[in-house]
Amino acid sequence: MANALGLERADYRGGKSTLCPGCGHDSISNQIISMAYDLNLPMWKVIKLSGIGCSSKTPAYFLKGSHGFNSVHGRMPSVATGATLANHDLIAIAVSGDGDTGSIGLGQYKHLIRRNVPVVYIIENNGVYGLTKGQFSATADEGQFLKYYGKNDLPPIDLCLEAVIGGATFVGRSFSGDAKQVQALLKAAVAHRGTAVLDIVSPCVTFNNAPESTKSYPYGQDHEIRLHDIEILAPGYVAPKPEIAVGDYDDGQVIEVEMHDGTFVRLKKLEAGHDPRSRSEAMTVLDKAGRENLLLTGLIYYEEPRPTLGETLNLTATPLAHLDDSRLRPSADTLASLMQKYA
Amino acid sequence: MVINMQPAVETRWERYQPGVNDFALMVATENGSGSQTSNVVLIRSLFKMGIPVSGKNLFPSNIKGLPTWYTIRASKDGYTARRATTEVAIAFNQDTITEDIATMPSGGVLITNKDLKYRVDRADVTVYELPVKAIMAQGEFPKDFADRIANMVYVGVCCQLFDIPIDIAYSALLDQFNGKEKPAKMNFAAVQLAYDWAKVNLVKQDSLRFEPMNETAGKILIEGNDAGAIGALFGGLTVVAWYPITPSTSLVDNILNHMHLRKDPETGLSTVAVVQAEDELAAIGMIIGAGWAGARSMTATSGPGISLMAEFTGLAYFAEIPTVIWDITRMGPSTGLPTRTSQGDLLFLYTLSHGDTRHIVLLPGNAEECFEFGWRSLDIAEQMQTPVFVMSDLDLGMNLWLSNPFTYPETPINHGKTLDKAKLEAFFEEKNEWFRYRDYDGDGIPYRTTPGTEHTRAAYFTRGTGHNDMAVYSERADDWMENMTRLRHKFETARTVVPKPITHYDAAKRIGIISYGTNDPAVLEARDHMAASGIETNYLRVRALPLNQEVWDFIDQHDRVYVVENNFDGQLWQILRMESPFAQSNLIALALGDTLPMTARWLHGKIVEHEEAL
Repeated sequence: MANALGLERADYRGGKSTLCPGCGHDSISNQIISMAYDLNLPMWKVIKLSGIGCSSKTPAYFLKGSHGFNSVHGRMPSVATGATLANHDLIAIAVSGDGDTGSIGLGQYKHLIRRNVPVVYIIENNGVYGLTKGQFSATADEGQFLKYYGKNDLPPIDLCLEAVIGGATFVGRSFSGDAKQVQALLKAAVAHRGTAVLDIVSPCVTFNNAPESTKSYPYGQDHEIRLHDIEILAPGYVAPKPEIAVGDYDDGQVIEVEMHDGTFVRLKKLEAGHDPRSRSEAMTVLDKAGRENLLLTGLIYYEEPRPTLGETLNLTATPLAHLDDSRLRPSADTLASLMQKYA
Repeated sequence: MVINMQPAVETRWERYQPGVNDFALMVATENGSGSQTSNVVLIRSLFKMGIPVSGKNLFPSNIKGLPTWYTIRASKDGYTARRATTEVAIAFNQDTITEDIATMPSGGVLITNKDLKYRVDRADVTVYELPVKAIMAQGEFPKDFADRIANMVYVGVCCQLFDIPIDIAYSALLDQFNGKEKPAKMNFAAVQLAYDWAKVNLVKQDSLRFEPMNETAGKILIEGNDAGAIGALFGGLTVVAWYPITPSTSLVDNILNHMHLRKDPETGLSTVAVVQAEDELAAIGMIIGAGWAGARSMTATSGPGISLMAEFTGLAYFAEIPTVIWDITRMGPSTGLPTRTSQGDLLFLYTLSHGDTRHIVLLPGNAEECFEFGWRSLDIAEQMQTPVFVMSDLDLGMNLWLSNPFTYPETPINHGKTLDKAKLEAFFEEKNEWFRYRDYDGDGIPYRTTPGTEHTRAAYFTRGTGHNDMAVYSERADDWMENMTRLRHKFETARTVVPKPITHYDAAKRIGIISYGTNDPAVLEARDHMAASGIETNYLRVRALPLNQEVWDFIDQHDRVYVVENNFDGQLWQILRMESPFAQSNLIALALGDTLPMTARWLHGKIVEHEEAL
């Protein structure tokens, strides 16, 4: 069935994946395809960015009609920053991994968030280096065993916690086995203005899929705890009542967040209930999840976005890349009068 | 730490006689004491008197307290190279005064701050001692400013001793404070006090003085980094990402100073984004992302930053993304000497990054070329779809230079083979295809699109991994070879695109000099002196890598060619030997790399020595 742009879902695909059969990353690529199809995203407006690693290969496997850039290890955030400054009309979808973001790229990750660069930042998190055959990453569980290195003696870095501390205004966590939630969070993230972080546990079936690993399929399937049921209401939906303020949120109630493009994200709180609009609650939830090895998924944190980097810099409404040459070069008279000041 | 300001005088440099409008001053002060303002006021005053002048700030890597030396050279003949010998020493720094006095040339003029502790045991110099505190005490200066303003005392005394009209000094002060009268007047009060004091208390005992000329009419006085910033803004720059590092910082500072040039008159919104990145790794990532997405992007850095940018530069080379990287060089290796000049990055820039990479490097030799290469580099980057380096240096970037006013770009902005929607449609109509890395014109330069082009077939995948001409990942040996061969072919095309050398040629002369960048004033001056002693030379100044045919022709036309540069290893000499299609036994390396701007006397001595040994 064609979407509003007359495109089939298959039109949003990319090249054939070269990842291992069953890789969590392929499920996420599929959800990106579905999200783009459902939201009628014009592919020419989308850019796909990545660093280096298994996850970073995936932009070649979805949205073939979009420009893609597979850059260098850990430094995709800077490429995303430059590209979205050049053209703020672009919809940027960035894919990274736990090594790309949590180790070599941790600095750029935090600075991207600090600047509120408008990008959907997906971390396909499997706790292991796949392309180099099985080293622990910085998000691996403390005390777990892997064939390559034996025991991991170091505590993991929680990339959602880093994002919240770093000033992110949209932070979600999910599990690649939970297609419905991944897709809902992707839709909300695309509607967000600013950096939207999605840390998605995405099992590596080859190197880190033992049931006791928190990054494995069996663990995710058995232990995922959804914080909410998430429903995405396309722009045009009229909220039935004024948005509920933080603090008024009671058990069983529904919370609705309006994104800047008019999309509503409706969260129905579940047993482990959590109000994503509270920064302290977000940190508490992440801290608890970390200490108890809980896979808590959903929208962890949301706030009304700060200005994006381009807005902070007071750039023209026309994207810089599309400015007419007459606006790029001051006149000869301007140069002549400037020269007078040096005479 | 004392700089060797006065190296032993080489023989055979004909006896130099300082005279009217032909001598140099050296000001020794403490860094951060405000002396820079005083020194620039002296330079501007001489400029306003119509006297060719140049200044070199030899400053420490420090904010306040360490010694700094500033040399000011007036030259009626228009020579602007650094001179090692400075006839006038203004010794205002307690830490260096003893050595500053000891190293003065015989017959020189010594001006000291009498409040310091020192002893003058030189009978061969003229001494003027200034009671700075007592002079300042005659005026009423705000307590917070008194120390900084005290350096204006030597300005006033120089005006009196060397015949600089005091109203010209005021006018220079006004310029220095951007026309703000209050600070200009406050500083001028000290100048006036010192001027009056000197008139009553000093008896002129030397013969050095200035008198008005007409050699700076129509000229400007500007720092290379300022010129480069203006050039970039007139070149359609849209994204700058950078990380502060001496001596490149003032390039971006100047872009910010001139941002009004690129604000929308109606909305006040900016057409240039300037981002201070978290490091050089991010700075180059940002400008590459921006260049990929259609911006005219640049960064400015120095050696250590270039090292950090190596990996990303290779990506931009291989994925063919335009961007501009200014390297304002300083002494390396490592942190080296952050505030001393060098041309030590040439070879590194030329082949930066792993694998078989080659880059375009523009080599401005003066402020006018900093402006020109400021805009032209952005054109060349888009035209050639590759990173373009502009290698300036601390001397050019941070010192004031006498220059012709800048010429407005003679060509419109060049976006190269960038296909927008309409051009892409026309391309398909004509060729029935478009592949990102296919060489349609036989010049090695493919056609590109940018993200956000509203066309279903505009997209392609950019990667640093192996790819075929359709931008598809490939591990095939033939695809790899084909791509590298085309990139090499593109590089050959670049030889015809980059700025050509400036050549001074006379077929009768059999000795050639090849140099580049800020050695230019020293080469020009040395050639005059050599000619006077019978050594006639031709001169070619390289302005870009890759080298153009003109360079090979020049080498071919001479019995021997001296390759003159300010690095330790003779890096251009190495490139010439690496690439020369014929025997290079006639290339002689004259590499300095002693942390200071080259003097004509050094070059003269080297060439004469070599010629006489033949």
